[in-house]
Amino acid sequence: MSDVTGFRPPAPGSQPENDTPTYGSTRLRHPTRPLIAFPHTITEATGPAFSPRHFPALADLTLMDGKAAQGERIIVRGRITDEDDRPVPHTMVEIWQANAAGRYNHPGDQHDAPLDPHFKGDGRVFTDADGWYQFTTIKPGAYPWRNHKNAWRPNHIHFSYFGPGFATRLITQMYFPGDPLLAIDPIFHSVPDEAARNRLISSFDLDITQPEWALGYRFDVVLRGRAATPMGV
Amino acid sequence: MSIATAAQTIGPFWHLIEDKSLADLTRFGATGEVLTLTGRITDGEGNPVADACVELWQASPAADERFPGWGRSATDATGTFRFTTLKPGPVPGRGNTQQAPHFAINILARGIITRLYTRAYFQGEALNEADPLLNLIEDPGRRATLIALPDGPSTWRMDIRLQGEGETVFIEV
Repeated sequence: MSDVTGFRPPAPGSQPENDTPTYGSTRLRHPTRPLIAFPHTITEATGPAFSPRHFPALADLTLMDGKAAQGERIIVRGRITDEDDRPVPHTMVEIWQANAAGRYNHPGDQHDAPLDPHFKGDGRVFTDADGWYQFTTIKPGAYPWRNHKNAWRPNHIHFSYFGPGFATRLITQMYFPGDPLLAIDPIFHSVPDEAARNRLISSFDLDITQPEWALGYRFDVVLRGRAATPMGV
Repeated sequence: MSIATAAQTIGPFWHLIEDKSLADLTRFGATGEVLTLTGRITDGEGNPVADACVELWQASPAADERFPGWGRSATDATGTFRFTTLKPGPVPGRGNTQQAPHFAINILARGIITRLYTRAYFQGEALNEADPLLNLIEDPGRRATLIALPDGPSTWRMDIRLQGEGETVFIEV
């Protein structure tokens, strides 16, 4: 008898469909058969724990070997909570992004924009006891992709979250307020519900902004909440 | 009450956070029945999915200081992922059921906006016959997509087809 509690199903329209024809790479990579509905068991309801001992924090992406990366320095801060508005403490957050010119430090990125020898573009932080995380980086540039004619990705930072169970695993992207490319980005628009989509846009925050140093952006994230009834009951 | 944040694709450049050691769940000195789980991921035209991030979780053996229970493997140019880990045992299911030994597997990649979730079981396990998930899949051909096959000493293989003929069974999570 298993007394672990599973997680609530996603609210309708709040998560993207993998079959999103406007995003060309989904064409051959989305399943065509229906997913099997299966209530969560211990396998889905539990998940890995990460220790800063094995995964040391990398909270400043702007310095490499003591030398400063090019671009606009920014601070990103936010709180991770669950659907019951409870903080998710001590959970690992992984971050990766393009440099200020819109180029990833990755052999697969052939965009004709300069690499920055002092910017790799990966980071890792843990939330505190109250669910807060923060890191310092460079505002990533927009870059072209071949999805459609004259396609450009809006400025974005990639995020990876784990939460308490394998079912709470979340990979997403944080966008910036006022970006004109959001209106024409098929990945952003793969989220059907407008309110859910707009929660992927960070907000400029003067309280996070540090005088004479860096602009601040706030990006809060909600991970799935536990189902009301324990499994097996 | 709030609603969970929407997923977005991991994209083609996630290797910026890759650490190849994460594919070896025995790296902290875990002991037990060590095995390799490997497989090749292909798309709807049979092409290798060479930029995927495959994540594995197992509730058994229980994670501890020496065994993280979780791993991550990038697929290579042939679409192949590979984990070194410990053989899982049975774990409880809902009610009084028991689940056959299995791995939980997330597949993340460019062109996959929300992670795809599946499981890998072991061919020849007596408990497979009574496994609550496997028994939900009536078509034996479909069920077989979740069964890893022996592929050399201590090595198990489960290929994953994202779409089309032989499409892997994916699970709501």
